[in-house]
Amino acid sequence: MKVAVASGKGGTGKTLLSASLFSVWKDPLVVVDLDVEEPNLHLFLNPEISGTRTAELEIPVVDAAKCDYCGKCAQLCQFKAINVLGEVVLTFTEMCHGCGGCLAVCPRGALTSGSRPLGEMRWGRIGSDRFLMGALRVGEAMSPPLMRVVKQKLQGMLSEAAADVIIDAPPGVSCPAVNAVMDSDVIVLVTEPTPFGLHDLRLAHEAFAQLGKPMGVVINRAGLPGSDVDDYCRANHLRVLAKIPFDRRIAETYAAGGVIAEAMGELRPFF
Amino acid sequence: MQKIAISCEAPSLDASLDPRFGRAAGFLIVDPQTMAFEYRDNGASQAMAQGAGIQAAEIVAAAGAGVVLTGYVGPKAFQALSAVGIKVVQNLDNLTARQALEKYTTGSVGFAKQPNRGRHGA
Repeated sequence: MKVAVASGKGGTGKTLLSASLFSVWKDPLVVVDLDVEEPNLHLFLNPEISGTRTAELEIPVVDAAKCDYCGKCAQLCQFKAINVLGEVVLTFTEMCHGCGGCLAVCPRGALTSGSRPLGEMRWGRIGSDRFLMGALRVGEAMSPPLMRVVKQKLQGMLSEAAADVIIDAPPGVSCPAVNAVMDSDVIVLVTEPTPFGLHDLRLAHEAFAQLGKPMGVVINRAGLPGSDVDDYCRANHLRVLAKIPFDRRIAETYAAGGVIAEAMGELRPFF
Repeated sequence: MQKIAISCEAPSLDASLDPRFGRAAGFLIVDPQTMAFEYRDNGASQAMAQGAGIQAAEIVAAAGAGVVLTGYVGPKAFQALSAVGIKVVQNLDNLTARQALEKYTTGSVGFAKQPNRGRHGA
């Protein structure tokens, strides 16, 4: 089973929940940090990293001698990453999404495949379980291509030995978040009983509902007064899987890099 | 003499210069000897998340302009304009297209050596 831990709003407790789920999980597990823009799950689980690989994106390299400035590549590119101005071909590789379309349509073979680094993938072990993460290069704007590479690696790891998967997803509801949850079997939405928490839960629920996967909600900081999160879940048939109490000790444990389910035994049943 | 592209809010020499290059409403392509002009619409730039400056550079290059008069130019647009040898006069604002043109033809403004804006969203 693949469980994606997601949220609309950031800072609701995705990593807290992922780390604690890992700690109580009985079956073999691969735990994946797909929040590649700001990965932090490793800080809690302290994996032994056994391998790293630079993830690269395919970009076009222009051979000006072969180009006849027909402009087919520029017409195809939706991101202005390759442009033909008069008799100049201009590439902006930082805008390239790596689709490879320009290389495919060039009738003269004037484009060859180059690469630019997207970030790094790291993998290793936590005890008998396996760990995988991606870390986007600072200054890089596009996380989905890196996530794609990380997910390929995950497939490889699962074909070596089957396991359940916990995915710590990025916040939000845009491409990176959808990318992280789209291959999961079940999506857990972490929220908090605040107006922002409810607002972004609604966005996440609406966005991910189109994937047709079972979804449940975990309410973190439960006990804050004056929230309609419960009402929203009831009205939309979203099961509330757990409520994590609003407790200063949880914040202190988390801030010290602890895993809540380990440090606070009485909370284990929540996970 | 080279044709001059002016980022402009409407198809008239008396319309306001649009200080944005990439997201200008359109461009007047002026023949400075006859003052005859064509108008190239750039409205589609409003819908682009990125690459508006590059597209605007394509429009003025395709129109055969050799000089651009505008307000602010981003780094990619500047690179694209430079690549095809189009010269840039920037930092123009609060002028009509005609006034900008006069400033240029009387030689009271110089060509830019580098863009005067960071990338969009930066």
